[in-house]
Amino acid sequence: MDMLYKVFIEPFVFMGEAPDLLIQTLWEGLVSGVLYALIALGFVLIFKASGVFNFAQGIMVVFAALILVGLYEKGVPAFLALILAALAMLVLAMVVERVVLRPLVNQPDIILFMATFGLTYFLIGFGELIFGGSPREMITDQLFLPQGTTEVDMLGGMVRFQHLDIAAALIASIMIGLLAVFFSKTRIGRALRAVADSHKAALSVGISLNQIWVIVWFAAGIVALVAGIMWGARSGVSFSLQIIALKALPVLILGGFTSIPGAIIGGLIVGVGEKLGEFYWGPLVGGGVETWLAYVIALLFLLYRPQGLFGEKIIERI
Amino acid sequence: MSFRKLSLGLAAVTMLAGTALPAFAQDSIYVPLFTYRTGPFAGSGTFIADGMHDYLEMLNQRDGGIGGVKLVLEECETGYDTKKGVECYEAVKGKNPVVVNPWSTGITLPLIPRASVDKIPILSMAYGLSASARGDIFPWVFNPPATYWDGLSMIIKYIGQKEGGLEKLKGKKIGFIHLDAAFGKEPVPLLQELAKDIGFEVALYPVAAQDMQNQSSQWLSARRDRPDYMIMWGWGSMNGAAVKEAVRSGYPMDKFYSVWWPSEDDARSGGGGAKGFKMLNWHAVGTNFPAIQDIQKHVVDKGMSKAQKDKVGELLYNRGVYNSLLIAEGIAQAQKITGKKAVTGEDVRRGMENIKLDAARLKELGLDGFTETLTLSCADHNGHRPAFMQEWDGAKWVKISDPIEPMTDRVKGQLDAAAKDYAEKNAGWPKRTEACDKAS
Repeated sequence: MDMLYKVFIEPFVFMGEAPDLLIQTLWEGLVSGVLYALIALGFVLIFKASGVFNFAQGIMVVFAALILVGLYEKGVPAFLALILAALAMLVLAMVVERVVLRPLVNQPDIILFMATFGLTYFLIGFGELIFGGSPREMITDQLFLPQGTTEVDMLGGMVRFQHLDIAAALIASIMIGLLAVFFSKTRIGRALRAVADSHKAALSVGISLNQIWVIVWFAAGIVALVAGIMWGARSGVSFSLQIIALKALPVLILGGFTSIPGAIIGGLIVGVGEKLGEFYWGPLVGGGVETWLAYVIALLFLLYRPQGLFGEKIIERI
Repeated sequence: MSFRKLSLGLAAVTMLAGTALPAFAQDSIYVPLFTYRTGPFAGSGTFIADGMHDYLEMLNQRDGGIGGVKLVLEECETGYDTKKGVECYEAVKGKNPVVVNPWSTGITLPLIPRASVDKIPILSMAYGLSASARGDIFPWVFNPPATYWDGLSMIIKYIGQKEGGLEKLKGKKIGFIHLDAAFGKEPVPLLQELAKDIGFEVALYPVAAQDMQNQSSQWLSARRDRPDYMIMWGWGSMNGAAVKEAVRSGYPMDKFYSVWWPSEDDARSGGGGAKGFKMLNWHAVGTNFPAIQDIQKHVVDKGMSKAQKDKVGELLYNRGVYNSLLIAEGIAQAQKITGKKAVTGEDVRRGMENIKLDAARLKELGLDGFTETLTLSCADHNGHRPAFMQEWDGAKWVKISDPIEPMTDRVKGQLDAAAKDYAEKNAGWPKRTEACDKAS
């Protein structure tokens, strides 16, 4: 009985007693969620265009951030380093298309998936060779990312809003909006959607698959760069950042592998869900709920809606 | 191919492989260094690896090795991964290593039962299994100069002194944020026992390896629980991220303590807000010691080090130097006891039991004032030496306390019970048969 009270009543009583902490938890969850969504978006872009689950998206986040910080440390001005990091992601997209994707065209999806595994470990080794394994600080001041905290007295308590978190949420939202417009309103975006629907049909109307793949890997690279800057500013740039990318998996299961709005909603559900779970229910099991809660939520979704919230329902004739 | 032919072929290959092993035993001393310059823990592991390598290489360059015998140094990259660490051990054990440094509590634990079988001493310097300090039960394991349990007792003692006595901790709440791995959990039983004895409350905040850089939940929980003090047992990128999150969440940094693992980079990551963050340490930082200046002269300046020049003398670099100081002393003592030059693992085990780093010896080694004195013995493989508290002033660590002795009265009983328990739970745990040298 006591346990039932602790699970079903006490957390809600506490939410009512300390609403400021509830707001703070929701805010932290939203910020994490937006950043998860940003990483998940990189996966979605590539999956939409080529049907490949890009396991290397996590290391692309680290790689992009390291190039930016590494160039700055070599004396390149911050914004030039930013442009050069973006160009490096373009080069990476071209190399991946030429060396990995093109030779493997028409191979089963699992082969392409395994190729991205190989790409991941290549980028880890290559990155460590060039930049070493030591963590670095993101150049937040040089990129004019705001620092500091605004403390707001509300609901009988105090809620802290980090300026960096506000900026992260805004930049990620703008990024997501721009990508949505790009893929729905532009010619390239329509071509991408055509490729996503059917490679053969797209080829038959003269769309270049190779070009689309470069564009989409480049777009995923830019998303990785932005995600790397934001996560790096929050907690430093190191190779352990790539592990955070694994949180994008439950986000994708929730939102669907092919839906940009799904990645956003999925990210927010996972971000807010894990923070609420850890904060209010974590103490019952000694903490550490955050590590697995997102996967449990994703598993429940899989049981009832395997294609995710916004994913396309696949109906195959037998 | 018949089974007979196949067997003969395999036997021939095995023999060839056996003869192809390097002959480290005859004219040199083989010292493998388990390191992690890659992966999520490289931020800590790289500097330690550099310090370890450079001190031993300096001995090679300056003195021609130890006792005139060259040291053969070989790094094995573990990535702080237990499986890879055990693979490294298996890979090096056939090359007659005189000592193995796992540099991970997770790797140390599976190596403990192997050490006595393979006759290779394990040096887990201030980490690993606290109970392995008992030389009578763990003759092949050494964890000087203090155990994690000693470290925890020192922090509690220091906090108690700040409050006006240990009894004043009654009714206080102490938060314990730790890596959710063997290393981070190691001091938890003692913490809970001390909480029961003294009367303070404990709140645990485990951080999974995959969430090391995403600790907002833990610090939000700390805000909910309002612990009077926070103690951290972190490693790798967890430390820097924790300092950042503590600053972000507005936790008073002068109430935030850590065991001896954060680096300058970790503290720096909190910016100006990290001022007041405290940690234990037992050796100096800086290069103002003849031995470290010799490293610069004979190794770093000659391009034989992987370390960045400005990192030489930083906290974790010097920690690596301390680790290699123990290796070198173990070897030197082994040569002295046995009269042999090219010593074996069995000899170095005896040598380590005879380590006596007094003030005169430290001065002779060019490390006068670098660290507390240390004497190991047949029964005591740890020393249980004091550490001091240092505080981050925004730019550097500043020593703020005299040496803090561990609370031996509270720790010893627990440690003895844990050692006995380990031997009982591991059926067939061998009774010590290794003789003690007179001096030890």
